[in-house]
Amino acid sequence: MAKIKMKKKSTSTDMTAMCDVAFLLLTFFILTATAKVPEALPVDTPSSTVQTKLPDSDLAIISIGKGKDGKSKVFFDIKGRELRKKTLEGMGAKLGVAFSEEDKTKFSLMDDFGVPLASLKQIIDMKAADRSKANQPGIPIDSLNNQLKEWLLVSRRAAIDLDDKELQIAIKGDAKEDYPQIKKIMDILQDQKVNTFNLVTGMRGKDF
Amino acid sequence: MAELNTGDGGGGKGGKVRSKKQNSKVDLTAMVDLAFLLITFFMLTTTLSKPQSMSLGLPDKDEKKPDDGIKVDEKRTMTIMMGENNKLVYYMGLLETPIAGPKDIDYGKGGIRKELLARKKSVIEYTGNKDKGIIVIIKPGKKSKYKNLVDILDEMAITGVGTYAIVNDFTPKETELLEKK
Repeated sequence: MAKIKMKKKSTSTDMTAMCDVAFLLLTFFILTATAKVPEALPVDTPSSTVQTKLPDSDLAIISIGKGKDGKSKVFFDIKGRELRKKTLEGMGAKLGVAFSEEDKTKFSLMDDFGVPLASLKQIIDMKAADRSKANQPGIPIDSLNNQLKEWLLVSRRAAIDLDDKELQIAIKGDAKEDYPQIKKIMDILQDQKVNTFNLVTGMRGKDF
Repeated sequence: MAELNTGDGGGGKGGKVRSKKQNSKVDLTAMVDLAFLLITFFMLTTTLSKPQSMSLGLPDKDEKKPDDGIKVDEKRTMTIMMGENNKLVYYMGLLETPIAGPKDIDYGKGGIRKELLARKKSVIEYTGNKDKGIIVIIKPGKKSKYKNLVDILDEMAITGVGTYAIVNDFTPKETELLEKK
């Protein structure tokens, strides 16, 4: 009599397709992730329980914090490459500092900076690693030479020209910064009729 | 699931030397494991690295326009003043005829939040109208830190106080109160 053989089922599944998908996604995430560059002005933001995220583009960040020498400094950062290019172009034209096409491209890949416009070219020419080490004095915000105001005006106009969108403005203040310093920045914003802006904060536990 | 190349089982029995049949299947389990681990890592880091923010709306600052003189019931207002070294003073109503306080209070759960929640409730009871809730006036002093302001704004978000204003003018009496140790 012929024996009925039980068909032995193979336990292994074909993983090829799964592997393909996994690596495709992996490649996507690696490529979209941006490497974090050390900030020129390290700021320790205060924490809050609010969980709104900042937008990725059309955003200007004003950082206020104490530098290594203990003085309060103001740094400026714009997100979005095209916007940065256009802003630098506008600033150069407004304050009479010439920037080459190469400068603009380099500037568009940079992060925050804190120098008067006249010395911005030196910062642009530096290597990324050296920028954070360079002792940047901060953007002048005195009433006589208020370059932050100009930066804001020019970048806001550039945002409208490029994307027809109002530029979002965020203030990233150090937790230990004195309130009058922050107030000064808020006043500059309010002078331009920017009455809504974001305060960058860190995360705080739920049971605070 | 491990599947090693076993080749043919009964090799070398007879005299014939058979060429080994290679199994073309490779075990992908470990590779897939690794891939998914990395995916998870990159997914989480891209979304978590985005900074958080709280949005703040300030009233229009127009120098030419004088105060409209919108009068609000002083019984609905609560003034919170921030001073040096995390000092916090609050009072209800007018400083000359306060309903409560002026009193020093702590930041956080046990201090200002408890008070805010209680006052919020009592103001609604007083007005009898849900839309006419408490109005908080935040006065950050010259020596207060930015952290203090964010903390108080955070309290507003936590307690759900919708109407608040940041005011920078201090009366001499308020300054005195804030400077007092």
